[in-house]
Amino acid sequence: MADISRRKLLGGTALTPFAAAAGSLSGAGSKATGRSEATPSELARRRIQRLHLPNVPLITHEGKQVMFYDDLVKGKVVTLNFFFAKCDEICPRVTANLAKVQKLLGADLGTKLFMYSFTLKPEEDDVRAIKSFREMFGARPGWTFLTGKAENLELIRKGIGFKYPDPAIDGDKTQHIGNVRYGNEPLMLWAACPGMAHAEYLAESLSWMLRPETNRIQSS
Amino acid sequence: MYFNVFGEKVSRARYREMVDAAKNRRELIAAGLTSRRDLCKMGLLTAGGMLVAKRGLSARAYGQVQTNNPASSGSNNSPGTNQNCVPGNQTQSPVITPFLDPLVVMPMAQPVSSLTPTPTENPNTGAGEVRAAPFQAPLIDPVRFPVVPSTLYNFNQRQFTVNQTSDPALPPQTIWGFDDGTGTRSPGPTYHAFYGRPQLTRNINSLPPVTQLNNTGFGMPSVTTHLHNAHNPSESDGNPCDFYTSGHFCDQYYPNVLAGFNSDHAPHGDINESLSTLWYHDHRVDFTSQNTYKGLVGFYCLFNQLDTGNEGTGFHLPGFPQFDIPLAFADRVYDPESGQMVFDLFNLDGILGDTFLVNGKIQPFFQVQPRRYRFRLLDTGPSRFYEFFLTDLNNLSATNPYWLIGTDGNLLPSPIQIQSVRVGPAERVDVIIDFSKFAGKTIYLENRLNQINGQGPVAVDSQVAAQNSSSTECSSVLNSNQPAILPAGTGNRLLQFQVSSGRVSDGSVDPATNPTFYQLPNTKAEPRIVRTFKFDRLNGQWSINGQFMDCNQFRFAVQQNSVEQWLLTNLTGDWTHPVHIHLEEHQILSRNRAAPTVPADTGRKDVTQLHPNERVQLFFRFRDWMGKYPIHCHNVVHEDHAMMALWHVVAQGDHVLVP
Repeated sequence: MADISRRKLLGGTALTPFAAAAGSLSGAGSKATGRSEATPSELARRRIQRLHLPNVPLITHEGKQVMFYDDLVKGKVVTLNFFFAKCDEICPRVTANLAKVQKLLGADLGTKLFMYSFTLKPEEDDVRAIKSFREMFGARPGWTFLTGKAENLELIRKGIGFKYPDPAIDGDKTQHIGNVRYGNEPLMLWAACPGMAHAEYLAESLSWMLRPETNRIQSS
Repeated sequence: MYFNVFGEKVSRARYREMVDAAKNRRELIAAGLTSRRDLCKMGLLTAGGMLVAKRGLSARAYGQVQTNNPASSGSNNSPGTNQNCVPGNQTQSPVITPFLDPLVVMPMAQPVSSLTPTPTENPNTGAGEVRAAPFQAPLIDPVRFPVVPSTLYNFNQRQFTVNQTSDPALPPQTIWGFDDGTGTRSPGPTYHAFYGRPQLTRNINSLPPVTQLNNTGFGMPSVTTHLHNAHNPSESDGNPCDFYTSGHFCDQYYPNVLAGFNSDHAPHGDINESLSTLWYHDHRVDFTSQNTYKGLVGFYCLFNQLDTGNEGTGFHLPGFPQFDIPLAFADRVYDPESGQMVFDLFNLDGILGDTFLVNGKIQPFFQVQPRRYRFRLLDTGPSRFYEFFLTDLNNLSATNPYWLIGTDGNLLPSPIQIQSVRVGPAERVDVIIDFSKFAGKTIYLENRLNQINGQGPVAVDSQVAAQNSSSTECSSVLNSNQPAILPAGTGNRLLQFQVSSGRVSDGSVDPATNPTFYQLPNTKAEPRIVRTFKFDRLNGQWSINGQFMDCNQFRFAVQQNSVEQWLLTNLTGDWTHPVHIHLEEHQILSRNRAAPTVPADTGRKDVTQLHPNERVQLFFRFRDWMGKYPIHCHNVVHEDHAMMALWHVVAQGDHVLVP
């Protein structure tokens, strides 16, 4: 097996630019002011928000109303995935896998990194249902389960690209996308891992978002 | 006899069931979507029943569907990427006037006389080097492969700003490229390499650190540079899992030695394994699509005593670099608001652009003499397939044949006359075009392949054995309205050739005289093992044999200096996967049990197009080097979503049949 033999970690200082970045946007609802005033980076970040990270209201497993972009994603390192409580194939496997990942994240979870799981079936999954599903997997603080209006959840699902080109398959929730989107919103670093990838590797991939100055080599 | 995609024999009844099931499914989908009303709604048919103009049918990386998004005060765009089989009402890049700019021929990479600090056999971690292992070549033969070879390059990867067109509709673009000391460019400078002349490149990451927040919306400035197609030792291969950030470097040793030099054809290797058109590109795991889209690509042309680059010697192929021109193709999308190149970060399927670049310029022109040229065509991706035709707009009914001389850059046994050739992401073809018959005319290199989303071409009719005549779901949705090949003049005109008039001398070989190049290495050797690789999608997760990329896991062990056969199977009825294997080339023994028929399938390959419902049988000799390499889909969006597996070459191979 391989090991990570050299790493340069930024540690706590890695988070400093995030705050500056979040401050440079005057809120997600701000008006795009065109080429002259915003830097290409700012325009790009707004564009990503506008196309992919809709600022729609959702309800957490604690019954609290939150806005997707403003409250959950903006300025943060996050994971995003979908589930539904009565799914008996892929969702329990992915959720159980994420439960392993949250252990590996240690103190970063809830402080530097936030995990979000969204229901695909808000009509079945009310606050109580997602709360008990969440408890079944022993989710720690920092891993939030969310429900809300179906159309808002669909906007998020399509926004983060969890959809099929074939509408017949896209409508079949048993085949829903099992990936976990991961990203560092202010730095505009976004990628995805299969939710069923090995938990250790998933956790390592997430660490690149927390510490993007990581060097990595794998011995042969 | 009937077979399933695993190549297993099945009864006629079972085969009929399989075909019916596929057909039923297609019909079901078709029934829901192919009504005239639906087609109109999707913008495919006009009220008069005519297909909409070509531009409306071209694929886009971004769609535009109204959403209810309170955060956005401007236009409400949904991501819309490949939403359906049919592109909707999509955002378009600014319209750029084509053929304003001359083709850029990348200059030859300039070597340096020394490197500071001097390269070391073991990784010089103290100086900031990030390399997995000592150089292998000097350990095999320190005289032929000195740790510090006489040919050295110092490459910096940098962010820079460039005009991709002189049309003012598009502002200058801030992208990434390679600097050999003469300035940063993308594609990077072209290596002019020779067998028998080992070389070393110091690849330095001088991109802006990620935390300085000057990311223009995509790209991960931690890198690893792969030399694609090279018979290279693993520590210098550019493994996706060995990446390093700004301020670090990796010394990569390119021995430029023929396969077999340290095994079955010692000491010089097998001349029939000669390579010619290689390319280098970033391979950072999970971020390759973004980083190559942002510009981290370049050519590496490798010559020897036969393929000399001089048309007066050897095979007498058109002379490098004046008449032997590498062409890197790319499709991109630009934000209509900012004019900046954009990348769909949230796409799982594959990304198509609506604006075409050749060697970093949008639809350039090239002034050529009325004589033969060798072109090395490279599809840099991310996801588009091309089928290249020569088009004379004043004579659209004419077929304009040219010559295929190499596949993935490896010369065929002899030239094959073709009217077109299909090339997928990361594939190369070497062709010879004789412009003497077009003297005084303007003609075009045109992509006429119809592709509407990241799944692959709409139909694979010309390439798949008759048994699997089923086309993709999308093409059945679109039915006969979607030809696989667009009519001449209606595709994407990529490059304009302005042919001068008169006559010029031409010392290059006429392909019509049937010159011979290399012979194909024999494929009769008994394989030590036959492995099967199933390319599939499990709940949207790209997989190989039901597993996913893991940088910490070798999935199987190849025995050094052994023969293997690999069966690549594709059960996803909708997707074409261009599958790339590092270290060794392969030959295609069969597609669905039938010998390959398409000319581009008959040579040596390092990428094989794996079409829907196909089983492809590949032959390999793994020789000389040890260590780790990947197999992966080179639709880089699939690759970045875990359709990749690591394996390694060791002294004693394993017996894992389905890794």
